[in-house]
Amino acid sequence: MNFFSHYDYWVMLFLAMSGLFIVIARGNLIKKLVGLAILQTSVYLLYLAPGKIVGGTAPIVDAAFTVYSNPLPQVLILTAIVVGVATLALGLALVVRIREEYGTIEEDEILRLDADPADQPSGPPEAQR
Amino acid sequence: MNVAEHLPALQIVLPLASAPLAVLLRDRLAAFVLVLAATWAAFAISILLWLQVGETGPMSYAIGSWPPPWGIEYRVDALSSLLLMLVSGIAAVVLPYSRSSIEREIRPEKHTLFYALFALCLSGLLGITITGDAFNLFVFLEISSLSSYALIALGKDRRSLTASYQYLIMGTIGATFIVIGVGLLYLKTGTLNLADLGVRLQAMTSHRPVLAALAFLTVGISLKLAMFPLHQWLPNAYAYAPSAVSAFLAATATKVSVYALLRFYFSVFGETAIFQRLPMEDLMLVLALAGMFVASTVAIFQDNLKRLFAYSSVAQIGYIVLGISFDSVTGLTATIVHLVNHAVTKGGLFLLLGAVIAGIGGVTLARAHGLARVMPLTSFGIVLCGLSLIGVPGTAGFVSKWYLILAALEKGQWWLVFLIVLSSLLAVAYVWRFVEVAYFRAPRADLAGVREAPLALAIPAWILVGATLWFGVDTSLTVGSASRAAAQLLGAAP
Repeated sequence: MNFFSHYDYWVMLFLAMSGLFIVIARGNLIKKLVGLAILQTSVYLLYLAPGKIVGGTAPIVDAAFTVYSNPLPQVLILTAIVVGVATLALGLALVVRIREEYGTIEEDEILRLDADPADQPSGPPEAQR
Repeated sequence: MNVAEHLPALQIVLPLASAPLAVLLRDRLAAFVLVLAATWAAFAISILLWLQVGETGPMSYAIGSWPPPWGIEYRVDALSSLLLMLVSGIAAVVLPYSRSSIEREIRPEKHTLFYALFALCLSGLLGITITGDAFNLFVFLEISSLSSYALIALGKDRRSLTASYQYLIMGTIGATFIVIGVGLLYLKTGTLNLADLGVRLQAMTSHRPVLAALAFLTVGISLKLAMFPLHQWLPNAYAYAPSAVSAFLAATATKVSVYALLRFYFSVFGETAIFQRLPMEDLMLVLALAGMFVASTVAIFQDNLKRLFAYSSVAQIGYIVLGISFDSVTGLTATIVHLVNHAVTKGGLFLLLGAVIAGIGGVTLARAHGLARVMPLTSFGIVLCGLSLIGVPGTAGFVSKWYLILAALEKGQWWLVFLIVLSSLLAVAYVWRFVEVAYFRAPRADLAGVREAPLALAIPAWILVGATLWFGVDTSLTVGSASRAAAQLLGAAP
């Protein structure tokens, strides 16, 4: 087995690792979500690429065709795409709410605001009573 | 059509269908009644399934009549029926509590959405437990995770938003790792059915893609179950979520992930592949001990009671993982017994903390000075649950530690017995912090008008506290089911 015989796996690994790196290395909450989306998308490739057979058709039984591609990975990934979209939407909605409450979407500033109670405009619920 | 045949499907369909209906109803009371009916029905079904499995052995249900391994299979055996009963039982207790609790903590227009999310989270957790299909397991995992992120973000404190975001990032990385693992297994075997995977993998357990799949699944599921170095999301998520959500998630979410781990380790990869060819035994032992000691020590220094007991959860998960690392029937029995006992104890504890929040407005130790004078019953309940966390005889925690110690002795590791007892002393230290503040300090002046928790909060909490004490005395249900499940997992019994 040489490098190019499995190059789709290398593409998948590269995408997954760059996504994971962005999630870990970036402090901006939106950029983190972008990294997360890249990580999730890379998995689609892991499922889809091996399911395709060169020259294969859709699995419809007919005398004219003998080679079929596997349709199951595509169905699975359709589900995974829906999950990915839902996760991204929920994550972005949370970022909107965080921006409303903290006035920033930078992780280090949020940590600083949480560490210093005097900075909090509305105060924690403990102080409201 | 015979209804009894379709109980495994109804177990999931009822709560799942109640979620969109609750949103459509747009009325708080109607949504509550609907979701409550679905939750109690799910609990009743899980009891029926448990009885049926006890009589006739594992059940298989083919969704849409597509026979496995082509179609999705729902499979109920001793372990999954016990977990189904635990999850739906906790939900059946927490939901009535939540009605009164969210009145104080969540804005009224969001109540129907809360009930819908609760029903979704419940169906996701039940789905993970009942499904016999690896990809289906991932989908249910995401249903429960996405709804729990939203539930946590409903918390009143703005830190609940960052806690939820952090959990979303960590949880999604975990879920993605699980899909990668499942994908590699699918590439190797061409099947997604867990039982079928288990059969086909036997011939190839040392192949590199299978080992990679094992690694991805282990890390992914460990993120979800908050195994020691991967627990960072848990304390904040439990501390700032609404009280009812803290109680429900603390009691069920990590436990169901432990179930997924057991399922993949013992039913898919097989015990020999994991424990005899790989150093997993030592690895899990070290992580479990690190979790028990580090998290308990961190818990001692917390100022917020919810955070304190959240760290204690990480430590208790250490005990659960410790049981797995023994790779014996006694060890697995200890794991499963502790799964149930800790769920009941922590559920009760977080419900009582919710009652404290309702009474005095917060759960920092500084606020709780003299709590026992104004809320004697609630404080006493917290102490009882604390005793169970320590493992005092007569409480549920003692039973699980007893089996852990038996398993350690069986392996001849007497030094582990010493460590288990030593880590219990750390639990004494963090429970004592509550006792000292609540019982031996003068009440703060502003606590004068505070009264005992209302019955709507107290009754569900005391049901779980009662169960904690009951499982400490009568162990036939917990230990009986757990040892049967452990024997099934290790292949010693059908």
